[in-house]
Amino acid sequence: MTVWLDSVGVLGPGLLGWDAAREVLAGVRPYCDEPLPAPRTTLLAANERRRTTPVIRLALQAAEDALGHASLPAAQLGSVFASSSGDMEIVDRICTALCLPERPVSPTQFHNSVHNAPAGYWTLGASVRMPSTSIAAAGRTFAAGLLEAWTLVAVERQPVLLVAYDWPAPPTLQPHRPLAAPFATALVLRPEAGADPGPRIDLQLQAGAFDTLQDPALEALRNGNPAACALPLLAVVAGGESAGVSLPYSETQVLTVQCRQA
Amino acid sequence: MQPLVLASFTLTSALGRGRAATLASLRSETSGLRACDFADARLDTWIGRVDGLENEVIEGALAAYDCRNNRLARLGLRQDGFAEAVAAARARHGAERVGVFLGTSTSGIRETERAYAERDPAGRLPEWFRFDQTQDTFSVADFVARELQLTGPALVVSTACSSSAKVFAVAYRHMRAGLCDAALVGGVDSLCLMTLYGFSALELVSPQPCRPWDAGRAGINIGEAAGFALLEWPGAHQPDDAPVLLGYGESSDAYHMSTPHPDGAGAALAMSRALDSAGLTADRIDYLNLHGTATLTNDRSEDRAVTRVFGTSVPCSSTKGFTGHTLGAAGIAEAVIGALALQHGFIPGSCNTGQLDPHLHAAIVLRNREAALRTVMSNSFGFGGSNCSLVLGRRQ
Repeated sequence: MTVWLDSVGVLGPGLLGWDAAREVLAGVRPYCDEPLPAPRTTLLAANERRRTTPVIRLALQAAEDALGHASLPAAQLGSVFASSSGDMEIVDRICTALCLPERPVSPTQFHNSVHNAPAGYWTLGASVRMPSTSIAAAGRTFAAGLLEAWTLVAVERQPVLLVAYDWPAPPTLQPHRPLAAPFATALVLRPEAGADPGPRIDLQLQAGAFDTLQDPALEALRNGNPAACALPLLAVVAGGESAGVSLPYSETQVLTVQCRQA
Repeated sequence: MQPLVLASFTLTSALGRGRAATLASLRSETSGLRACDFADARLDTWIGRVDGLENEVIEGALAAYDCRNNRLARLGLRQDGFAEAVAAARARHGAERVGVFLGTSTSGIRETERAYAERDPAGRLPEWFRFDQTQDTFSVADFVARELQLTGPALVVSTACSSSAKVFAVAYRHMRAGLCDAALVGGVDSLCLMTLYGFSALELVSPQPCRPWDAGRAGINIGEAAGFALLEWPGAHQPDDAPVLLGYGESSDAYHMSTPHPDGAGAALAMSRALDSAGLTADRIDYLNLHGTATLTNDRSEDRAVTRVFGTSVPCSSTKGFTGHTLGAAGIAEAVIGALALQHGFIPGSCNTGQLDPHLHAAIVLRNREAALRTVMSNSFGFGGSNCSLVLGRRQ
């Protein structure tokens, strides 16, 4: 059940798109954690775009980055959207509204509060009728999303877009879900090698310790945002090596990802 | 797909705790809905409420997980010998080889609602608020895994109303890919102000008991439920009458965030894919449990989709007039109802439906009907255009 990595997208402080970020992640250029500019998407009509939130646009912009390098069009891709915390800004607004006498919950905010809102806007904006799943798994969200995407490719024999994203909480919730900075990554996986294949990917759950990053600022990002748990894998892909990397999974297991570059 | 056996399954909802209570309510055509009496909700609507959760406080080692959603999860696990069946599977396969794949839409958000109501003058939330174990979307799977000491692959699917149908597909793929040998699937969603007021803001909530497919239907009633199934490859140790997952189909609408495609194209695609997955033609489905939320748009779209795939001959009903719309638990609730229908040989009628909408053409069964069923399909369609259909059948 081999799976090939077709393309990558990334969006985070100092990591503005795969083209710019890959040299940083490969250790060729130093990392500089400049704040992330407001995320943007080109996918939606203006009226739909106006209704999106920063979290939604973060996920979409990362997806667009991966699609920009992919060998397959969006419409052919199933998708997995993975976030540990979803849109906490909307939760904050709705819970605040519920404390007012009239309880003025906004209908748009409510339908944007579903965990699969970014996935919904993705399928809408890219006109995708292939199935989409949105998942959450706390600290193991990236690894769980990667496993889910891998099983889709391996069992359904279909190419898949994985988008992992997390956005810091507003002030009231921040002490209770302390995310350091926004981050998103997107991977396109396919069941056979394309014309210009990326590495082959094999996954295994096993006992062990997860890998950390040498650069202290990158490690702070990795440790401070569940979506950024992808960073060690992105570093291996960026460096073009054949290597294994272990990602956090549970108290007893890690997810080991073997990348075999062509 | 290769069939998976539902080696054990259970449902706790407004119809009662466990399969016997659920079956008795279905058989006697007794709806579980009541006028909304939840918290201080000042809404003119009906709900499906599980009694007694106020007394089901989680204490001891997992006390940090105490919240309405996890209490309902635990109550659900304790019915029908389900926890014991999982323990046996854990012994048989190993704790790391049993996956946990659950659906929810709002998780423990009720705790956050309560915490916001107790903000101090500086706007800080009270000391007792525990985001990780309650609001966090993964909390219910984390809690269930710890409660049953399972350490296999785990995740929560949160795709609104299709969540706890999609988990069946997730489990199949994880098992087929060799990541686990058995899977605990299901879903839990509990009453909270966010969904009551949110759906009301969208004008999708009915002031009366919901009436799917009715000419006078006026929207949903929100319900809560915890449902679970233990999935395994067929084996000699499972009961002969255990239902079987024969197929699943998933799709996206790509139409609108809160309104289904008017032609039901995405829904039809999910149903067709489910038939293909099961290796069945449409005429082989003996009963279709509709998503049937009783909104004007869902029922109209779903009717188009059903008649496109099945024509007007397959007997259909919505059981949301029994349980309410249990959102992230709707998929599992209706899979369990479908499984009970298969095992006991009857089609549950579309409770509360009186005068069928003359513009809709699906063959709605209004009153319970005895019928030897070989296969049942169940539909679950969610916000953001996420669609999933399941096909259940009998062991050969």
